[in-house]
Amino acid sequence: MFKSNFSKLALAAGAVGLLLFFLTCGERKGGVQVSGGGDLAAIAEARGLTPADLVAAAKTYMPTGRHDEYYLFGSGGHSGQVLVIGVPSMRLLKVIGVFTPEPWQGWGYSNETREVLKAGSPAGKELNWGDTHHPALSETNGDYDGQFLFINDKANARVAVIDLRDFETKQIIKNPLSMSDHGGTFVTPNTDWVIEGGQYAMPWSGEYAPLDQYKEKYRGMVTFWKFDRAKGRILPEQSFALELPPYWQDLSDAGKLVSDGWIFMNSFNTEMATGGIEEGNPPFEAGASQRDMDYLHVINLNKAAELFRAGKTTKINGFNVLPLSVSAAEGVLTFIPEPKSPHGVDVAPDGNYLVISGKLDPHATVYNFTKIKAAIGSGNFSGKDEFGVPILNFDDVVDAQIELGLGPLHTQFDPNGYAYTSLFLESAIARWTMGGDWTQKHGKEPWTLVDKVSVHYNVGHICTAEGDNVNPDGKYLVSLNKWAVDRFGNVGPLLPQNFQLIDVSDPRGAMQLLYDMPIGVGEPHYAQMIKADKINSWEVYPEVGWNPGTQSKDPNGIMPGQEKVERNGKKVEIWMSAMRSHYNPERVQVNKGDHVIWHITNGERAKDATHGFGLPYYNVNLSLEPGETQTIEFVADQAGVYPFYCTEFCSALHLEMTGYLLVKP
Amino acid sequence: MKEMDLIVGPRIPEEMLKNERKRFLLPTLFLGAAGILLLISIFLPYWRMTLHAPQYPGGLQIQLYVNQVTGDVDEIDGLNHYIGMRSMKDAAPLERSLSIIMIAGIVLLAVGAIYIHSPVAAFFSFPAFLFPAIFLGDLYFWMRNFGLNLDPKAPLSSSVKPFVPPIVGTGMVGQFKTVATWDIGLYLALLASLLIVIGLYYHRKAYKPLLEARLKGK
Repeated sequence: MFKSNFSKLALAAGAVGLLLFFLTCGERKGGVQVSGGGDLAAIAEARGLTPADLVAAAKTYMPTGRHDEYYLFGSGGHSGQVLVIGVPSMRLLKVIGVFTPEPWQGWGYSNETREVLKAGSPAGKELNWGDTHHPALSETNGDYDGQFLFINDKANARVAVIDLRDFETKQIIKNPLSMSDHGGTFVTPNTDWVIEGGQYAMPWSGEYAPLDQYKEKYRGMVTFWKFDRAKGRILPEQSFALELPPYWQDLSDAGKLVSDGWIFMNSFNTEMATGGIEEGNPPFEAGASQRDMDYLHVINLNKAAELFRAGKTTKINGFNVLPLSVSAAEGVLTFIPEPKSPHGVDVAPDGNYLVISGKLDPHATVYNFTKIKAAIGSGNFSGKDEFGVPILNFDDVVDAQIELGLGPLHTQFDPNGYAYTSLFLESAIARWTMGGDWTQKHGKEPWTLVDKVSVHYNVGHICTAEGDNVNPDGKYLVSLNKWAVDRFGNVGPLLPQNFQLIDVSDPRGAMQLLYDMPIGVGEPHYAQMIKADKINSWEVYPEVGWNPGTQSKDPNGIMPGQEKVERNGKKVEIWMSAMRSHYNPERVQVNKGDHVIWHITNGERAKDATHGFGLPYYNVNLSLEPGETQTIEFVADQAGVYPFYCTEFCSALHLEMTGYLLVKP
Repeated sequence: MKEMDLIVGPRIPEEMLKNERKRFLLPTLFLGAAGILLLISIFLPYWRMTLHAPQYPGGLQIQLYVNQVTGDVDEIDGLNHYIGMRSMKDAAPLERSLSIIMIAGIVLLAVGAIYIHSPVAAFFSFPAFLFPAIFLGDLYFWMRNFGLNLDPKAPLSSSVKPFVPPIVGTGMVGQFKTVATWDIGLYLALLASLLIVIGLYYHRKAYKPLLEARLKGK
């Protein structure tokens, strides 16, 4: 009786394990046998685990069959994909194919998925990689709603829409104005707009202009993509961009609550340096770091949208653009000096405070939106920049500057009035108190650094649970570290990135580092963490014959028994079914030179009964999830016999799930 | 006319009905309740089978009604094709299409027995009394028919030999443990049979004296 109760307790609570460790430490004979686990103290001693390690293990270990409390949606960096990770276990749940073909999901091999990838490619080129940076979960009233995920590709200035009903990319859209982007994606509180800010200024329309015409011809931009939630698509014709000075725009964020309708965006290289190290000019790294201040861009989005609707935009590359002169004159765009070369601009959950950190300045600078709005309203400007954009006085709108440490970058929040800022150079996370109304929550000195925890190493973005919406959970913080150096076993000169999980649930205690997760697919930038119960994805597609591209029934989807092959001249169209453990038909006969259109439907209704379809030489692999229909199309340009097979181990007779494509000479 | 009288039996004298209401009410109540239970059972499952296997943590289940099968029919059919068993859709087509009319008829007969004041009432209610046995017998017939007639060319025909799936209790097919249980509909039908027996007992008590009196009187 005692023993079975005890084993339950010991298994359930790591804290109990810790207690046992203390009680039995150094006293091997007194070690407690945990059923199925052995002697806890002896294991800890043999593995060199400290009591803190045991607590960390108990806080993160997920017994088989248990599900995580949060989903972390992380960018996959230059893998071009999105990573889905469970928190606190830090188990990789899925890699969503976005900008890069991904064979497991058949992403980029069927007509449906190739169309999505192609839509993001400039005319005449097929891009097959991306540099995903900032995922943004869709929001309702400023809170994550678990319906959609957006992410940008910095390398080619693209934005993707992922539907979280099936965790599949539905749309990729190429920005018609810029080659690169960085200040995206972020969404407005009801996901009416998806923000994509540019990065490196360039001549628009893809024109050529020499660098000595930089000020005249080069421009920055921010694009506001209109999102239609019912369609699950961005509507380019209802979207528009702002023409911006050729500073390099950086991160952005959308206002919320009091600042709803406003957009904030950092910039650097307001020096407008054009490089040229090879000609004896200062390199960009120096040239773009000369001034003490750069400009925070404050954008009145509602006003901009009003002007867009009133027809004040012009067309550039067929896209609606609000000219810089209009923005400056109509009060759409206002600048505020910000400490040089800033990186993150993060809007606090109350919408009133903006936290900006510059990698070259040891402070977090806190701006007060109420003061910004008042200053703009009263027209209290210190002057204009050379493009005519009014500039506010720094001192009029800044509430605090908190010295946090070296290289502060990005800030996230918790519900108790604490902010967390990554310190790149110091490889640490700083926890500090917010002021204003937040002071009542934490009851401490406002705007004060209270704690730091080391991370390994070179942290970029951080992510607390729901930490950038109006209702942050705090609780866990994931530190997205650029370097791992010595954290993992050697795998050659290319090292994985390191996601570190930190417990920030106790505002009175210290932050505790819990777990290291290597990321071996790319360099992730930002991540967002959402409560798992907000994600209501499908277990199988709603009906047999489902087209995930349209999220509706595919006219070419069939039920088992409706299989057929039709020949029309040189066009052969096949409607095939896939069921455990066979395709129907199994023999597909065409002639060399035939144009083959091949629809395959998985007729299964069981969860996880996915079939693949791998076809040699013709470079096809499909993932046919239960109910899904996909179409491939190719010209049978080489005679021969091509055995196709199910690439998912679907059943005991998986090897027999095969067939022959016979291409007659 | 005379034969008809024999079948229908004597009518109850007005006076007697007044004085001994309970005596004549009891058979009516029991037989009527049996009919109602049987009608209700149409809408309830008679039998269910649950399949347990490691890769189906929630199990698979089918519910059998007198006129339909519900649950994971497609999935189980899909699995059954490996052992060469025919689709459940091919089972008992006649029974399924006629069951509702059949039960309605049976119920009408059983309820009709209330108005038959002779031993013929037993014959009228007999089909309803027998219905659970008919159902189980038919179920066994089809289980046997399906289980023993496996396609010898099926993928797993060498490892799964023809067998008769149990109509109640557990069995094993490959990695699947099957659990067959009787369900609420069948229990209602069984209860109806019991009510018929009780009803007939009271029926006999109520009408036998009348019948004997008439025979004596003749």
